[in-house]
Amino acid sequence: MPGAGFWFAAALAAYLLGAIAGLACWRRPADARRIAFGLALAGSLLLAAAAAGALAGGKAVTWTLPVGVTLFPWTARLDPLSAFFTLTLALLAIAVSIYSLGYLKEMEAQRNVGILGFFYNLVLLSLALVFTAANAFFFLIAWELMSITAFCLVTFEHEKPEARRAAVLFLVMSHAGTGLLLAGFLILGALAGSVDFARFHLLASTLSPFDQGFVFLLFFLGFGVKAGVVPLHIWLPDAHPVAPSNISALMSGIVIKTGIYGMARVFFDFYGPPPLWMGTLVLAAGVVTALVGVLCALMEHDIKRLLAYHSIENIGIILMGFGAALMFRALDHAALAAMALVAALFHTMNHAIFKGLLFLAAGSVVQATRTRNMEQMGGLVRRMPATALFFLVGAVAISGLPPLNGFVSEWLTYQALLAGFGTTQSLTRVMFPVAGSLLALTAALAAACFVKAFGIPFLALPRSQAAANAGECSHAMQVGMGLLAAACFVLGLAATWIFPMFDPITQNAFGVNISSTMVAAGGLALRGGSPHAGTVSTFGIALVFAALVAATVFLVGRRMRQASHATGPSWDCGLPGLTADNQFTAAAFSKPLRMIFAAFYRPRQEIQPQYDVSPYYPSAIHFESEVEPLFERHTYDPVERWIFGLAKRMRAIQAGSVHAYLAYIFVALILLLLFGVRS
Amino acid sequence: MAVFQLILLLGIAPLVTGVIKTLKARLQIRRGPGILQPYRDLNKLFHKGMVLPDSASWIFAVTPLVVFATTAIAGLMLPMMSAEAPLGLFGGMLAIVYLLGLGRFFLALGGLDTGGSFGGLGASREMTIAALAEPAMMMAIFTVGIGANSTSLSEVARTAIGNNWAFLAPAQMLAFAALFLVLIAETGRIPVDNPATHLELTMIHEAMILEYSGPYLGLIEWASSIKQLLLMTLLINGFLPFGLHREWSLAGTLLSLFYLLLKLLLLSCTIVLTETVNAKMRLFRVPEMLAVAFTLGALGLVSTFLF
Repeated sequence: MPGAGFWFAAALAAYLLGAIAGLACWRRPADARRIAFGLALAGSLLLAAAAAGALAGGKAVTWTLPVGVTLFPWTARLDPLSAFFTLTLALLAIAVSIYSLGYLKEMEAQRNVGILGFFYNLVLLSLALVFTAANAFFFLIAWELMSITAFCLVTFEHEKPEARRAAVLFLVMSHAGTGLLLAGFLILGALAGSVDFARFHLLASTLSPFDQGFVFLLFFLGFGVKAGVVPLHIWLPDAHPVAPSNISALMSGIVIKTGIYGMARVFFDFYGPPPLWMGTLVLAAGVVTALVGVLCALMEHDIKRLLAYHSIENIGIILMGFGAALMFRALDHAALAAMALVAALFHTMNHAIFKGLLFLAAGSVVQATRTRNMEQMGGLVRRMPATALFFLVGAVAISGLPPLNGFVSEWLTYQALLAGFGTTQSLTRVMFPVAGSLLALTAALAAACFVKAFGIPFLALPRSQAAANAGECSHAMQVGMGLLAAACFVLGLAATWIFPMFDPITQNAFGVNISSTMVAAGGLALRGGSPHAGTVSTFGIALVFAALVAATVFLVGRRMRQASHATGPSWDCGLPGLTADNQFTAAAFSKPLRMIFAAFYRPRQEIQPQYDVSPYYPSAIHFESEVEPLFERHTYDPVERWIFGLAKRMRAIQAGSVHAYLAYIFVALILLLLFGVRS
Repeated sequence: MAVFQLILLLGIAPLVTGVIKTLKARLQIRRGPGILQPYRDLNKLFHKGMVLPDSASWIFAVTPLVVFATTAIAGLMLPMMSAEAPLGLFGGMLAIVYLLGLGRFFLALGGLDTGGSFGGLGASREMTIAALAEPAMMMAIFTVGIGANSTSLSEVARTAIGNNWAFLAPAQMLAFAALFLVLIAETGRIPVDNPATHLELTMIHEAMILEYSGPYLGLIEWASSIKQLLLMTLLINGFLPFGLHREWSLAGTLLSLFYLLLKLLLLSCTIVLTETVNAKMRLFRVPEMLAVAFTLGALGLVSTFLF
């Protein structure tokens, strides 16, 4: 039986072949779709085998690319942390590739599917390399390859101005982040005398306290840009929705998780026990990110932008787990740190699954209705029953409701935060319950948002002709979504059987295995760490739920069937003829929250009634409402103005004369030589 | 014992609703419908036909079942007749909050599914108020949970039994006050919502279920009274567990049950008094009340530093 290294190499080869095939079938879109995405599917299956093998083995699998021309070895290493992220990538990519086989069929006439297949395979390849790169040099190359292919995918529909603008913003932000990472790696590299990640292990903690903090901030901000941590998130809600929906699913599902992977690698591998402020900072950043993400999502009526904002929210929840883990480590509570880390990592995987599912379902809706505006959908549950069901599963999961997977990881996060209160006597401990109650606020707002995101597009009457004529999506798309929906159930119901997967990761990071202490009643229930902590059993809940529903149907069902089933119009105050215009809109649904959080949104609205005779009977009303983009206006605009001002002043030295430039080069050279001699 | 508690929950939940209605009527010098009226209402509803809105889908039809089942499961995770909750292994405080959340999620979808304005209006308001009540509730839960170092309600009750006067600690009293305000908001009582109104502009909960009729409405009404009983019991056994026995035994259970009913009666009186002396608030004043609840919970936590 070949080892994980073989499967990994085979997966990379499949992706590479898929990319080449996409280019080769440039002019034959149907072939390009089948071959490029078929190979992507094959590659993802192989990658899943490789990652699962490496995780089950529990030991790092190292594999060097046969491209030995450079100074640095191109080594990939599947250690438990890498294998976990690679597995998440592979699971999502399997479903998205199947979905793409159906989704792109309609696109073949207008778009070059071959090019899409090329970049799609390339981005999967680069993601696999980012998660497994074993030295800083190789990592940065893979990181850049990923950023640039993601840029090409975002700008795929480049004739739209919004796509171009979003892609450029993405590129700029992403490179600003890479610059910070480069600085961080250079400092560590200089200290270690090597760029190998294995040499970086526990190294960062040997730095002086100031340098330690500086390097930490470089990495946190650098990876934070990619993950979408507030206030570095502004590119994300623009970039994710403009791409085709299968790409959006990948972007929100896994591409932003490279930032999370990077943080996990740095925080829990390069650093030993960190100072307390680092965890406090990450926890606070997580809380702010989660709240801002969900508040922005509530005001969004573009279904894909709404989902993109929820990615920011979930990154915040993951960071809460990371922050708590860092704090516990600083306070020397290894078992609690491990539990918080498991909560964060499990939420990372869960988010990839349900956000992927939601974006794929949204893609199916957008393809059927030709709009991303929820106010023009409605009634789709009858016209697209399968898509509606899958979206509902995703919505329940992301709202953290039992018994699906989102509930399990949020429950673990609560347990970690609750246990945190007892770990220290300082005032810092108040942070844990405050973070916990703000997590509760976030989760409840997310549930409100997904009542809107499911209720407005899918329920009641169609709000436009396009929605009324919508039809169900193809079988391949349904299979892709169905796989992810099933994964939401499996990860939710069988959580206790999945947790041993995390043991090697926590063993490497903190030297403890905790999966056995987190299980109660022989795997039936999940336990929050300590012996007396609370237990929960999603499996038990689902079982009792099924039994109760069955009993109710058995006892009351006969009465329900015997009772007369008349249908009639909904109550509309006695006025005849309920139409789609009478329905509650998405804007109206979120209005109470817009008023309550007015300090954050700073809403502006304009109502202009038009009337013929009496002002009491308007013939038409023009309504316009807008919330202020807080961060763009108060953080980025000043920075932009400052940069432009600086550039304007720099123009003074750009005389355009060759002699002047030669002088500049000479002066720069002298300065550099002086610098070199001095140090 | 799970079955026994289930029967008890289903059995006395309408009674509590009836008692509250009658007490309220008496306090307002009316006769009231009698404490058995909710049973008669339920019986009537289960024997009636149904009218379904023609725009509704399967979501509308499964909602009553989901709401009923989730509320009942949450009720089984509660220590009622002894400190040992029948389904304590399957979940504690957090699971109860989230199970009620699942029911609310579907109820709001059922409201939107009708296609009328009222369903959407109720759904929007209910989700908003629930979202604002959640942090206050979690703060109170954290305060209680930290005392017992657990989110398991059985652990919390056992800790409380060991020390009968613990509820006099400032943290406990503040958390109790916070949770009482949340109880008022979650059960849709005055001053947040008026369970007796069908005045279109002020409805919250009633607006969502306006289109339900017959057995479906019966299930939802029943679930609402179970939820009310559940939250009241949570308050009682989490903070004032006098007379609650640690383990299951026939005599202990009966005695616990007697105390529980007595305390439910007292709590009902408090609710009735609150409802009668307050007027319904404007919707946008509700966030202020819930902010007070959150602050009380936070003060409770901070007070653990002092005492």
